[in-house]
Amino acid sequence: MKLNMVKALNLALRQEMERDRDVLVLGEDVGVDGGVFRVTEDLQRRFGSQRVIDSPLAEAAIIGASVGMALYGLKPVCEIQFSGFAFQCFHQIENHAARYRQRSQGRFHCAMVVRMPYGGGVRALEHHSESEEQFYAHIPGLKMVIPSGPRNARALLVSAIRDPDPVIFFEAKGLYHAAREEVPDDPEMMPLGRAQIVREGRDLTLISYGAMLRVAREAADTLAQEDGAEAEVIDLLTVAPLDRATLAASVQKTGRAVIIHEAPQSFGPGAEIAASIMERAFLSLEAPIKRVAAYDVPFVGFARERATVPDVPRVLAAARETLAF
Amino acid sequence: MARRTDVRKPAAAALGVDAATARRLLADMMLIRRFEEKAAESYALGKIGGFLHLSIGEEAVADGATSVLRPDDYAISTYREHGHCLAKGSDPRRAMAELYGRRDGLCKGKGGSMHLFDRSVNFLGGHAIVGAHLPLAAGVGFAIKYQGGDQVVVCYFGDGAVPEGEFHEAMNLSALWKLPVIWICENNRYAMGTSIERALAQHDIYKFGEVYGIPAEPMDGMDVLAVRTTVARAVERARRDKMPSLLEARTYRFRGHSMRDPAGAVYRTKEEVEREKLRDPIVLFHARVLETGALAEADVRAIEKDVNDRIDEAVAFADASPEPPLEWLLTDIFKED
Ligand SMILES: Cc1ncc(C[n+]2csc(CCOP(=O)(O)OP(=O)(O)O)c2C)c(N)n1
Ligand SMILES: [Mg+2]
Repeated sequence: MKLNMVKALNLALRQEMERDRDVLVLGEDVGVDGGVFRVTEDLQRRFGSQRVIDSPLAEAAIIGASVGMALYGLKPVCEIQFSGFAFQCFHQIENHAARYRQRSQGRFHCAMVVRMPYGGGVRALEHHSESEEQFYAHIPGLKMVIPSGPRNARALLVSAIRDPDPVIFFEAKGLYHAAREEVPDDPEMMPLGRAQIVREGRDLTLISYGAMLRVAREAADTLAQEDGAEAEVIDLLTVAPLDRATLAASVQKTGRAVIIHEAPQSFGPGAEIAASIMERAFLSLEAPIKRVAAYDVPFVGFARERATVPDVPRVLAAARETLAF
Repeated sequence: MARRTDVRKPAAAALGVDAATARRLLADMMLIRRFEEKAAESYALGKIGGFLHLSIGEEAVADGATSVLRPDDYAISTYREHGHCLAKGSDPRRAMAELYGRRDGLCKGKGGSMHLFDRSVNFLGGHAIVGAHLPLAAGVGFAIKYQGGDQVVVCYFGDGAVPEGEFHEAMNLSALWKLPVIWICENNRYAMGTSIERALAQHDIYKFGEVYGIPAEPMDGMDVLAVRTTVARAVERARRDKMPSLLEARTYRFRGHSMRDPAGAVYRTKEEVEREKLRDPIVLFHARVLETGALAEADVRAIEKDVNDRIDEAVAFADASPEPPLEWLLTDIFKED
C-alpha cells in the first residue's frame, strides 16, 4: 500500500489495537474528530469509545491517568495535540512515567507511548512549531523516537507500543502529507535506539532526523554535484538512546560531521551528539564538528519561519566550511 | 413631532442605555464582526498564515464587558482574542497588520493572530495555551492590589479551560487572596470538537465559582446589554471590595474552531448551528435599538458604513506594511556575548 505518514501511523495503531486489546488510545479530540491531524481517524468507530477515548482538555490528567493504566498493565497510546502543549503534562512524564521502573526496583513497568506532532514547516505560530525533543532526550528512563517518513513511522510506532519503557514519539507536522511510500500490509517493526545510514559517503557525515532529514539529503546531493564531495547521511530515528556506535563508525571513516536539527542550538541534541563523537572518534576528526540548528530564540511566526528553520543553504555553508578546514 | 418624542422616551428607557451608548455598543460589535470577516478572506488568500480563530457570534461578550471598563483597566485573553483586543481600543489597522505578520503589527508581525498584545490599551495579550493565562490574570490582580490601585482585570477564557488544573488553581488563588479579577468564561459549548457534555462533569460552569466562594452567575452571552449589566456588577465588586467574580457567558461560535475547521461540521449538527444563528447578537441588538427607537435605520446604516470603511482601511494598511526585517528574528531577547 502506498501511504502518507498520517495513514501509515493510523495503520500501526489499528493493527496494534487489533492484536492486543490492552492497547488503547486517548487524547483530546482523538475519537469523534479523529485527531487534529487525523492520525486516529476511524479508530473510535472500529474499537469503541472505551478504547479510543476523547479526554477532557487536561494534559496532566491524560498523561497521569495513562501512567496509572500502564502500571496496571494496559498500554496507553496518548496523543498531545501539539508538542507545545506538553509542558502542561511535563511533570507527569518526568516525575512519573520516566521513573516508575527504577523507583519500583523493576517491579512496575510503564509501557506507554506519547505521540506528539512537533516542528515547523506548516506556517503555524508559537507553541505550534517548536522542536522540543531535547527536553525528553535529557530525561533518564525515556525513549525519544522521531521517524522521517511513512514506512519507518509505522514500524517505529509498532515497536514503541510493544516496548516495555515509556516512549515519546514525535511526528514532524511537515512530513504528515509530504510523501507517500510503500508500506507493507503485515506489521513491521524497527528496533528502537538504532540509526540508519540512508546514503553512504566517505567525505563527511551529515547527521539528522525527522523533517530535517530531507534537508540533509538534499544538501548531500548538491555536495556531490557541485563539490564532488560524498556525504554520508545518517537518520537517527531514535534520539535517545542515541546510536553512538553508528555515529562513531561513520565519523571514523569520514573525519567530518555536521549535525542538523530544528531545535534551538544551545544545549540541544547536537551538543550530545558532538560530545559522543568526540569521545569515540576524536583521533579521526579532521575538522570541528558543526551544528546547524534553529537560532536561540522562541519560534517566530509564519512570516519569518523559513529563516528560522535550518535549510539547505545553511547546511551547505556548514558542510563546505567543514570540508575546507 | 410631539408624538415621535413620546415614542422615543419610554422606548429608550426600555433599552436601559442612552442612544450614544447604544450606538457605541452596536458599532463595536459590527467592527469586530467585519474585522474577522475580512480576516477570513485574507486567510483564504494566503495573506494570513498560522491559525485564525474567529469569534463571530460571540462579539457581545467582548463588547458588553469592555463597555463597563475604564481605559486603565486590564484585559487578558485566549487565542480567540481579536474581539477582546479591538473592544479594548486597539487600532484595527495594527491588529490586522499583526495577523498579516507585518512589521507595523501590534507585535511587529512576530506574534500573529493568537498573540496580540497592546500596552497602550492595557491589553495583556492573546494566549495560545488553553488555561495557562488564568494564573497570570491573578498575578496582575495581585499587583494592582499591592500597588494600591483600583483597576480591575478581565480574564476571558473558554469552556475548554475549565477541565485544566490551572483554572482551578487560579479560581482558588483569586478567592483566597481577594483579587480584583473578573473571570469571564465564554461558554460556546465546544472545545475544538469536544462538547462540554463530553468534557465536564458539571455543565453549569458558573457553579465552579460557588465552591470557591466567588460570586458567580451565568449570563446570556448573545445579549450585549445582559453582559453589560452583569459585568458592571462584577466590576463594582472588584473595584470596591477586591472581590473576584466568575461569569459564565452562554454563547456560540458560528464558525468552526479555526479556519482549518471551516464549518465545525463533524461534531455538531447543521440544525444546531442554524438554530444558534437565530441568536446572532448583532442582529438581535440591531432589532432592539430600532424597536425601542434608540436609533433609526439611517443611524445604523451610517454606523455600518463607517465600520466598513475603517476595516477596508485596516486591510489596506496591513497589505501595505512590509514584512519584518530579518534582523528582527534576533531582537527583543538577550544575547550571549
Ligand atoms: C494546553 C492546550 N491544550 C490543547 C490545546 C489545543 N486547543 C486549542 S483551542 C482548544 C479548544 C479550546 O476550547 P475553549 O477553551 O472552549 O475555547 P474556544 O475555542 O471554544 O473559544 C484546544 C483543545 C491548546 N491550545 N492548549
Ligand atoms: Mg469553547
